[in-house]
Amino acid sequence: MALSGIEIFKLLPKTNCKKCGHPTCLAFAMKLAQRQASIDLCPDVSEDSKRVLGDAAAPPVRPTVFGAGDNAVKMGEETVLFRHEKKFVNPCALAVEVKDTMQDDEISRILDDVLASGIDRVGQRLKIDAIFAGNASNDPASFEGLVKAVVAKAPDLPLVLSTSNPAAAEAALKIAADKKPILYGADDSNAEAMAKLAKTYKVILGVAAKGPEALSVLTEKIKGFGVEDMVIDHGGRTAAEILEGNVLLRRSAIKKNFKPLGYPVITFAQRDDSMLETLIASLGIAKYSSIVVLSSAERWKNIALFALRQNLYTDPQVPMQVEQKIYSVGEPAPESPLIITTNFSLTFFIVSGEIENSRVASRLAIMDCEGMSVLTAWAAGKFTAPKIAQFILESGIADQMKNKELIIPGYVAIISGALEEKLPGWKITIGPREANALPAFLKNWNK
Amino acid sequence: MAYVAQKENFPGKVFEVTFGTDTKAVFGGQNALPFYAFEGSIPNRPLIAYEIQDITPDDWPEAVSSVYKDVSHDPVAWARFSQDELKAKAIALRLIGTHPDREDRTPAEAAKAVRDVLAVIKVPLIILGSNSIEKDGPVLIAAAEAASGRNCIIGKAQEANYKTIAAAAMANNHKLIAMSELDVNLAKQLNILISQMGLDKERIITDPMCSALGYGIEYTYSVSERIRLAALAQSDPAMQQPMLGDAGMHAWKVKESSAPESDIPAWGPEKERGIAWEAVTAGAVLLAGADILIMRHPEAVSSVEKFIDELMQDGGR
Repeated sequence: MALSGIEIFKLLPKTNCKKCGHPTCLAFAMKLAQRQASIDLCPDVSEDSKRVLGDAAAPPVRPTVFGAGDNAVKMGEETVLFRHEKKFVNPCALAVEVKDTMQDDEISRILDDVLASGIDRVGQRLKIDAIFAGNASNDPASFEGLVKAVVAKAPDLPLVLSTSNPAAAEAALKIAADKKPILYGADDSNAEAMAKLAKTYKVILGVAAKGPEALSVLTEKIKGFGVEDMVIDHGGRTAAEILEGNVLLRRSAIKKNFKPLGYPVITFAQRDDSMLETLIASLGIAKYSSIVVLSSAERWKNIALFALRQNLYTDPQVPMQVEQKIYSVGEPAPESPLIITTNFSLTFFIVSGEIENSRVASRLAIMDCEGMSVLTAWAAGKFTAPKIAQFILESGIADQMKNKELIIPGYVAIISGALEEKLPGWKITIGPREANALPAFLKNWNK
Repeated sequence: MAYVAQKENFPGKVFEVTFGTDTKAVFGGQNALPFYAFEGSIPNRPLIAYEIQDITPDDWPEAVSSVYKDVSHDPVAWARFSQDELKAKAIALRLIGTHPDREDRTPAEAAKAVRDVLAVIKVPLIILGSNSIEKDGPVLIAAAEAASGRNCIIGKAQEANYKTIAAAAMANNHKLIAMSELDVNLAKQLNILISQMGLDKERIITDPMCSALGYGIEYTYSVSERIRLAALAQSDPAMQQPMLGDAGMHAWKVKESSAPESDIPAWGPEKERGIAWEAVTAGAVLLAGADILIMRHPEAVSSVEKFIDELMQDGGR
């Protein structure tokens, strides 16, 4: 549980020496409570106090990074149960499973799918993040062969090495330890040997037990062997079990700061029915998984999961914005309409979607209004005649148009006169108030 | 430090709504967060209604319109198909043909469609206007009368037209959908205004306004979670109404559910993509609290039903 400013103040020297750059110890304590300063700034604090503060300041779900380089995946650091309270921090990683019992061509096809999974959406590059390599044969040599094949084909992808056989684990780690993989498969029967491997090869250990209680005992045991970075599996496989386990783990971590369960959670979503698998993975994304393991990377499935993950991990306090520019919807011709609105992503999506529905090729001018919707932006002085005029003139769009006409949202009809003054030679047309009236409006436009 | 399971019991519960006459359907009634059966009672599974329309849809992508190509010209045939072939547990008739921008059909025509559909189905019916603020009033008055005695759900009543529509629901003994635009306080205010007119608060279904996956579903998700938390944690009677997720309509309107693979190969085949778009949209709003969904594609419905099966396993224990 995070400490309050007053609780922190009691641990400080109370000398008001200002060496930390704050006027008083109390002011410094308040900054520490808001996580806007580091205790290292105080030269006189006792080691004991530092330890207490360090423990309290650590995020309830341990920050953990797996994979190396540009593709490394950040996990943990979550602080809330509901996204309206505060942003969900590190988007759930999606991993696709290959097994050492699969035929080479099947493995190769799955790796190809994963490597080609990248999609650009609202300014973000979205992709399948990792490969989950499974030792289904339990044979060290087969597993070594699989890991070699994966590393050869996808050298930069983060890896989860899944085996409960320490000999197979070691064979795989000799090949892939430098890629900072997760070694998944520690359980009550092999904990010591697996912990030793994780420590020797400096990798994250994936720990599985049946239910939160047994899991908490096991992570403490493994921590005792000197392993700090773990990913945990409560053993739930059906949707009901996944939900229950994930909720109980996250609540323990957030509400009680219960360290034995304060690790990123791995969830197994594989199903024979790929559409159902998509829904199970959605459950993991929405309800607290840090990694979801899938059986395949079909493109239709990827984009649905990417979109859900992107949506739920946006900051609820900061509206999503799209870039200011003039977008083409369809293939606009010189005589096609020009419509303007603000850069709130929802506004953009809805307006561009309705223009598409109209099947009237158009230009959509999206103006930077700090992510506000039309009325809010107008009220805040961001979506005003002078600013709109400046944007339209500087865009040079007039050169591509046959008739200089600008369609403005019906909600800001009031600015049409001022806009005509600021944009000499332009015709200003008042469009509908709501986007859903755009198809009818556009179909009748200029008729 | 030993592990103690952090289970939560809530004082409040969601109102239970039953509708229909021959074959009834019931939803709501739980005192736990969505599918949190490990700490509360969830007596009913969420209900999925199949959407049908009064005119042939011209804006449904091929992947979903093709399912209904032999029946969608006739709401009666479409209703029969949904009930008998698709085994719909409920049907939602959207009177989209009444919209001034569509065919501007009259309230009398809408009432006839309702009567004709009711004559051939046993499962309960949801009657939806065209989401025209002005037109929905007269249309739903006529439709509610035509469905009198059949214990339907009608809607959607919004801030600008709720009086007429709520009165129509009261006069004919129907349940009412109250829709506000992605705002907890507006949802609450509308429920209060409607109950002040005399409609029992337990006859209202809240529509916090659905959005499609990729197009603002996070707003629907968080508003729904907040409404549900207010119902359970605070027993707020203006928030305890079950929630509707009008998922199919939104999911099938976006580019991702309709653009052909030939246009955007990286998105994969449009049929599976469209079905996944609807299923994930529905799945997300279910996890946020929806108790009743309106959907379109039978394969999306069956996937979501399987998802609910798994979520409700050991349900209500």
